[in-house]
This record gives sequence, C-alpha cells and structure tokens, in this order.
Amino acid sequence: MGRKLLLDKAHIEGIRYYDVYRKNGGYAAAEKALKSMSPDLVTEEVKKSGLRGRGGAGFPTGLKWSFLAKPEGVPRYLVCNADESEPGTFKDRYLMEFIPHLLIEGLLISSFALGANRTYIYIRGEYAWIPDILEEAIAEAHKNGWLGKNIQGTGFDLDIYVQRGAGAYICGEETALIESLEGKRGNPRIKPPFPAVKGLWQCPTVVNNVETLAAVVPIINIGGDEYAKYGTGKSTGTKLISACGNLNKPGVYEIDMSISVEEFIYSDEYCGGIPNGKRLKACIPGGSSVPILPANLLLKTAKGEQRMMTYESLNDGGFATGSMMGSGGFIVLDEDQCVVRHTMSLARFYHHESCGQCSPCREGTGWMKKVLLNIENGKGKESDIDLLWDIQRRIEGNTICPLGDAAAWPVAAAIRHFRDEFEWHVRHPEEAVKRNFGLAHYADPLPVAAPAAAV
Amino acid sequence: MAVQFSEEKLNKVKEIIARYPEGKQKSALIPVLHLAQESFGGWLSAETMDYVASLLQIDPIEVYEVATFYSMYNLKPVGKYLFEVCHTGPCMVSGSDNIIEYIKERLGINVGETTADGLFTLKTVECLGACGYAPMMQLGKFYKEHLTKARVDEIIAECRAKAN
Repeated sequence: MGRKLLLDKAHIEGIRYYDVYRKNGGYAAAEKALKSMSPDLVTEEVKKSGLRGRGGAGFPTGLKWSFLAKPEGVPRYLVCNADESEPGTFKDRYLMEFIPHLLIEGLLISSFALGANRTYIYIRGEYAWIPDILEEAIAEAHKNGWLGKNIQGTGFDLDIYVQRGAGAYICGEETALIESLEGKRGNPRIKPPFPAVKGLWQCPTVVNNVETLAAVVPIINIGGDEYAKYGTGKSTGTKLISACGNLNKPGVYEIDMSISVEEFIYSDEYCGGIPNGKRLKACIPGGSSVPILPANLLLKTAKGEQRMMTYESLNDGGFATGSMMGSGGFIVLDEDQCVVRHTMSLARFYHHESCGQCSPCREGTGWMKKVLLNIENGKGKESDIDLLWDIQRRIEGNTICPLGDAAAWPVAAAIRHFRDEFEWHVRHPEEAVKRNFGLAHYADPLPVAAPAAAV
Repeated sequence: MAVQFSEEKLNKVKEIIARYPEGKQKSALIPVLHLAQESFGGWLSAETMDYVASLLQIDPIEVYEVATFYSMYNLKPVGKYLFEVCHTGPCMVSGSDNIIEYIKERLGINVGETTADGLFTLKTVECLGACGYAPMMQLGKFYKEHLTKARVDEIIAECRAKAN
C-alpha cells in the first residue's frame, strides 16, 4: 500500500466533524505551529518540505510565501483557490467534502505563517453544496477556539469566509480569481504587479490551491525534512490524482510520487485497468491543458525508461515526447475513442471559457473549435491540419494569462502525436463519420534510439 | 411584482457584506446575485439586477457586466427544473452524448429549449468537476452522477412528481 498523508483518515466515519477529526490527531499541527513556532519557522518548514503548488503550475509553495510583501499597517490576505475547473480534475472537491477540517487547519497554519487575519476560500459556483460543509466546519472550529479572536490564547486572530464563484474556468487563474472576489468579471490582470505585492483590494495576497494548503498540515506534523522523504527527487510528498475516462475504478487516489504510470493505471490498488478488455490508446495525465500522449509514450519515455508519476518523469522529453503533472487530472482514452472528437470537445471548452480580453485567445479558440468540428463532421480539408497548427502557435505565449497556452497545447499535442488520425479523417470523411480510427499503432513499442556517438 | 428580498434574505445580504472590509461591499455582488436568482424565479431580469445594484450601492452597469460574464446566471427565464449536462472530454468519453440525445428525446426539446409546460430546460455545460462519476448533470444545488437512461427516467419522474 502506498503511504498517505492527506487521505489517511478520510475513511474514518464522521471525520467530517470536529470531534472525530480532533480525536484522530486533528489540529495537532495547528497547536504545534501557533504555540511553539514562529511564522518564519513555519515558512521554513514548508520550504524544506519541497512542497510544490498542487493547482497545476507546480511552483514551490515556500518560495511563493517568501515573496509576500509585508508593508507596515497594510493587511495581508490568504486566498484558497477552490475553483477546480480543469477538465479531468475533481480532487479538491473530494478533500473538501470528506475531510473539510484538514483544509481549515491548513488555512489556519498558513494564515499564521503569512500574517493574514482574514482568509477566503473561493470555490467554484457549481460546487453549490460544499460551502455548507465548509461553513459548518468553520463554525465548529470557531466554537472550539481555533478561529476568531486570540486563537488558543496565542493572540493570533483569524476569520475564514467562503465565497462562491458563478461558473468561469478562468477564475482559477489567480488574478482573475482576485478580480472575481472583488465582485468583477474574471479578467486576469497584467503582471507585474504580482498578487504578492498587490492582490486582493491592492493588498499583498497569496493564492494557494486547496490540496497545497491541506498538505501544510502533515508538513508541520512530521516536519519538512520528513515530508521530503516521500516521493522522488523534486517531486516530494504525496499527490492527489483524480482519474477518469475509460478506467475500471475512476476516482481520487493519493499517491506517493514513486509509482509508475503503468502501476497507477493497471494495478488493483489504483485504477484497476481498462474496462471490457479494451486497450489503452491515449492519456492526458495532468488535466485537459497538458499534452495528450499515445499509450506507448505514456508508459515509457522516448529514452525507453519506465515513466513515473512524478513532475519530472511526466515532463521527460519536454512537449516533444512528454507531458506534465499539471493538476493531477488523469484522463484515459481506450482504443474506441476518437482523438479528433476529444480534441474538439476540449477546444470547445476553451472557447467557452476564454474571458475575451486578448484577441489571440478569444478569436483563436473559436477558430480551432470550428476547424476541428469541420474535420470531425467529415468536412475537413488536408490544409486544415496545418491551419490548426498555425492557429495554436499564434495563441501560445501571446496572451495575458496562461489560458491561451492551455488552449493551444492540447491541439498541438493531438496533431503532434496523432497526425495520421487527423489525416485519415480528412481523407476518408465518409468513413470517419461512421467509425473511429481505432488503436492503430499508438500502443506499439517505440524503437529506442541507440545512444548517440560522442560528438 | 416588485422585486424585493424578504426580511430574512435582507439579513443574509447584510451578513454577506460583513465578510469584507469596510467599503468593499462590491465583493458581495456574486453571492448576492446567486441569492437573487434563487429568490426571483431562477433567472436575473433587468429589474432584479437594478435592485441588486441599489442594495450594494453600485452602478447597474457593474451588475450587468458581472451577470453576463458568469455562466451560472440565467439572463432569460428557464424551466422549473434545469438539466445542465456536462459534455466536455472526460464526460464525452464516458457517454454523455448518448445521455443528451436521450434527454432530448424524452423531453421533446433541443438543447437550450424549455418544455411547453415550463417544467424542464435542457442545457449542455462545460466541465463541472465530476469527471470520475460521468456522465453527469447539475440539477439545482446538487449533481446527478453515473447517469444511465434508466436513471434519467427516474430523475424526470421525480421532478414531475415534485411539481404536482
């Protein structure tokens, strides 16, 4: 069994409630931090742990905290990003629904480290029943002296509020989230200034993902050094993976970042393989924005090494032959799935979610959707494939926020690895509307290049 | 009918405004619009938006800007039961297309339409974060997951029973 740090107690009956959570070691980390550590020491432990942002970007959390400006007399804010909207990702929802006090405790310790006295959880509007669960947990924490004024007699004050969004993927981007929290459209801001200097209401602000903030609890409990012993290399600790698509056991899994992709998909401890004896065709390992890989490149790197569930290994080969850990949204496609159609659905998603500020993204996502829809409907031309490549290239890097890149990458990767499937669609339109291209050669073992002679 | 929150809901609005520092009541806009939509027939009319603007002491245009940006706000009337079926990638590979077709057939409407009796509206939506429990839809506050044709029949029957 893999070791767990976040969901190890999630199965305990009643863990949603304060008494059960407390009885099972809950708020011990908060007690330790508030009563025996300084804010800087907490940040130091988070740095030592090697924790990287679990929302998708993977930026070192301790470092992000250390950027927070601390001008005298200006309030500082911590905002928890619970906007979870990346297709394939549903891990934060699980954590908030089943073990909400872990997040509240993480928020308490993190707010203490950052010197924030007012903290917001910004949750996507569609998760409409979860604010009730969180607010109940907050009320219980208040009642037991973990929130409010002079927490546990330490002199530290904190209030946590839950804010619901109203349906906008873009609000997962931290500056769009801040705009939304200020009661505006979710248009990302131009950086700099970064939120660490001018964020919520122009005050210094840290925005962290739900899972990131929850991970602060085990880090304080066992210490940053001990936490860093979990995982591999710079992928320290455990990671929540939400697995979906064509799998026997889709769901949320906490993995120690030392297992292989193959083990994650096929072992009974995790996803239990692919239903109905079908074969694996492709996978998007880190949420819809990261590159899709064919089965052969997913399970082994281009160098022929086993691919592991770590930030580094998933990225091995860069975008040419690798992908990314991203948000941990693991989408599996079996041999019956059509990559063109799937890519079209993602292009439609990004077109719908583009905020419209930047022309390349606003216009480009619409064009990509239209061209892909034409190909899917048997009306595509050979030149459409190059046209798609051209559009995505003109979006990437040319927008205020990363939504542009996020829209471009799935299309680029689909053409890079599945070009023959696109070509088959445009060359055999009548056949393509009736049946799918199938597995083709996408699971065939790759020729391993002989080591290059020394130059 | 003039648009006016009940005493209880006005107190809720006050409670929401108190979550933010003094003078930052505009931050209450998104939560208050949710409350308004729930209270005034499931959609936001111009009159409702103007009322929210007056409550928060902001310009009506600031409310329109926000109401037109976020996909959960309905800017025209919808049926009593709004079926919002996800059709993004992970749901699609798990069969959402068939579910959407089946709902269309059962209700006799297309996506974006409302049944003649005003009971049901069908919408397709983008990823709702239930990818592992696909196909799925949002119905009011909650999700209906692992949808099958039989499950869709049950849900429609439950809604009809509740409406009677």
